Amino acid sequence: MADSLLYLTELLGLPVFDLKGRTIGRVKEAALVPLVDPVRIDRFLIGAGATWLTVRYDQVKTISLDGINLTDEQLTPYHSDEYMLRLVRDLMDQQIIDAHGRKVVRVTDVTFDIRRLENYTGLFVVEVDVGLRSILRRLFQGVAPRRWIRRMQGPISPNSISWEFCNIIEPDPMRRLRLNITPAGLQKMHPADLAEIVEDLGPEGREAVLAALGSESAAETLSELDPDVQASILESMEADKAAAIIEEMSPDEAADALQELEQETTAEILEEMETEEKSELTELMEYEEHTAGGLMNTEYLAMPEHTTVGCAIDSIRTNPDSAEAATAIYLLDEMDRLTGTVTLGRLLMAEPGIPLRELAEEPLHKIHAGQDHKRVTEMFDKYNLLSLGVVDENNRLIGVITADDVISLLRWRR
Amino acid sequence: MLRRLRYHIAVFLSVIGPGFITAVVDNDAGGIFTYSQAGAKYGYLPLWTLAPITLLLIVTQEMCSRMGAVTGKGLSDLIREEFGLRTTFFMMALLVLANLTNVMANFAGIASSLELFHVSRYFSVPLAALLVWVLIVRSSYARIEKIFLAACSLYICYVVSGILVKPDWKEAAIYSVRPVLLFEPGYLTMLIGMVGTSVAPWMQFYLQAAVVEKGITAKDYAESRIEVIVGCIVMSVIAFFIIVACAGAIWSVEPRDITDATDAASALRPFGRYAFLLFSAGLFNASLFAASILPLSTSYTVCEGLGFESGVNRTFSEAPIFYGLFTFLIVVGGGVVLIPGFPLVKMILLSQVINGALLPLILGYMIVLVNKKRLMKEWTNSALYNVVAWAAVIVMSGLTVALVGISVRRLAGLN
Repeated sequence: MADSLLYLTELLGLPVFDLKGRTIGRVKEAALVPLVDPVRIDRFLIGAGATWLTVRYDQVKTISLDGINLTDEQLTPYHSDEYMLRLVRDLMDQQIIDAHGRKVVRVTDVTFDIRRLENYTGLFVVEVDVGLRSILRRLFQGVAPRRWIRRMQGPISPNSISWEFCNIIEPDPMRRLRLNITPAGLQKMHPADLAEIVEDLGPEGREAVLAALGSESAAETLSELDPDVQASILESMEADKAAAIIEEMSPDEAADALQELEQETTAEILEEMETEEKSELTELMEYEEHTAGGLMNTEYLAMPEHTTVGCAIDSIRTNPDSAEAATAIYLLDEMDRLTGTVTLGRLLMAEPGIPLRELAEEPLHKIHAGQDHKRVTEMFDKYNLLSLGVVDENNRLIGVITADDVISLLRWRR
Repeated sequence: MLRRLRYHIAVFLSVIGPGFITAVVDNDAGGIFTYSQAGAKYGYLPLWTLAPITLLLIVTQEMCSRMGAVTGKGLSDLIREEFGLRTTFFMMALLVLANLTNVMANFAGIASSLELFHVSRYFSVPLAALLVWVLIVRSSYARIEKIFLAACSLYICYVVSGILVKPDWKEAAIYSVRPVLLFEPGYLTMLIGMVGTSVAPWMQFYLQAAVVEKGITAKDYAESRIEVIVGCIVMSVIAFFIIVACAGAIWSVEPRDITDATDAASALRPFGRYAFLLFSAGLFNASLFAASILPLSTSYTVCEGLGFESGVNRTFSEAPIFYGLFTFLIVVGGGVVLIPGFPLVKMILLSQVINGALLPLILGYMIVLVNKKRLMKEWTNSALYNVVAWAAVIVMSGLTVALVGISVRRLAGLN
């Protein structure tokens, strides 16, 4: 074991010596000031009699398992500092998100690196420890001598998370700013993984994570959750924040989520939304939950049936919103009635000059908004569909059901 | 208005589960024996205790489910966050010990209830253990909960068998509301036993975790509270019928001590095949139910408190300690029942001692936690509720400690 390592459990209770080698007190707490340096311990809090004294990082001459020697004796009494992340109070035993392992873990101990620098000896946070080895250290902390504990833990393999992947969950937005807590690596995670993490947290933690993600990632994450978890998260949020997230969700998912809420909450959230999205959503919510209408999405590509292939491709290219919906084009006559579908593959291979009507799949599959889910899944299964147009009683296209909706449907039904 | 009512009914149905299951499993093999014993020896006299027991149960259960709903965290999580790892570790160690012996008692219940039907324990216990293991490992929380709720409904067996025995309903009604205190050691021991077994440490952990797992939030809490209360009442209704059945079948013929719950079941034979059948089926169901829920709850609690991966939706390699502990509890809990001459009674008494030592601690921590404004916001206890809660804890702890004393004396007597 490298001598330059020190655990938080070992640091706590270490004697602090003044210049003449007399004991001033013992270490009670270590704090980072992330705005200054996210890894270096900035303050050591020393219990001396009834009061706590503060040792600044550059007052430390040496640190070892035997104690801390100081370079000067001008210690100030501790007073609470909002910019401090106190490791024992704020980190130990609390939950953090491990962005690398993609899970929520509970901190048992912290590992530091002791670095001898020009004017002082610094402690730098290396990793956060979880698992059996750190539990052993905690159990014997202050009971057995530090060197014995090191020997005892030898045979157990360590289980640690590198500090750069650790995300502290801080519910208070002001404190998040002061502590400079930015989501480390969370944005790079897949929404489905984020959703699993969010599910593991309590309401405060959920809000904190979603707030840190920004509404777009938050919406994607929310879409991956169970409808009842979605509902409980949205209900606990301020209406305007919930609205911002709902606006980023795809309309069918947004409508489903809103339908799970109590009516007053739904109304409050809709109140906060922009008119266009609001009317789209209220329309979707008209449909009964167990019908094709309740399942459909209103984001789809529809074009007049006489559009030529060239025009169609151009219009898809110039419309950035169409990227997600572009699995098929729905053809409409002048009364907005559904007359056919063209898959993207066919479109790409066709001559630019011919009208879309001639490429339409035969026969045309569509479903009436009032049909139930069972019929929807039957059709997807029987005809191997990727998407299916939903029509109203006048045969007008009002929405689309895609294969992923059907997969979620089958999964939740289980 | 109607829509609102419909919404509330829908919410109530969606929160059903945790409180109900926890309260009902409380009548496990040990509980059934305690109540049967009370009815067999003292007839209708002990019935009055059920009302205060229900109240005590409601007070403790309500706080747990409230904490779960508001914080979204399990009790072991909260204890870890607020009181540190060492406290949590020792609490978990005691809990594992207590629950292990509890699991043994319930596998013994499975064995003896099926032996009434001439099924060898060497056949029934391994099969039940396998069934429990597969059931839990192979299904999701939602499905497990449905199965558990179905098991709850099978407790109706006791109600029917109680009715079939044709007890003296007038007596039963009178003594349900008329407290009778006899100052003889046997009677007092029985009273203490009834109260002491009614709240077990594992229940607090299970209930809170189940509330969290189900996604019940502070907003649904009104309905969840009703569910907890209804669950506790159902539990004592079942206890009522067990006592009444034994009072009618055994005490009215000749008051005596029974050796175990199957002894009570056999005594029901003269009252028709069904009375006997239902009573023993009820015992089997209760034991199997508790034998499934206890290992599961223990593994969850321990892993969450100590920060190991947990959950039935993780694989064995992702959560080795969770599955390891779960399997250990089932294999050892079931295994010892098959060892001839294993001191099972001693183990059960020991489990009562550990439970008794643990319970006051846990209830104390619970009240401290539930009063933390930082955690509970506006959902802390009111001053009056705190008086009631502390009183409940003190009464409960006092009686459990008394039960510990009795168990220790019996343990010493066994040597």
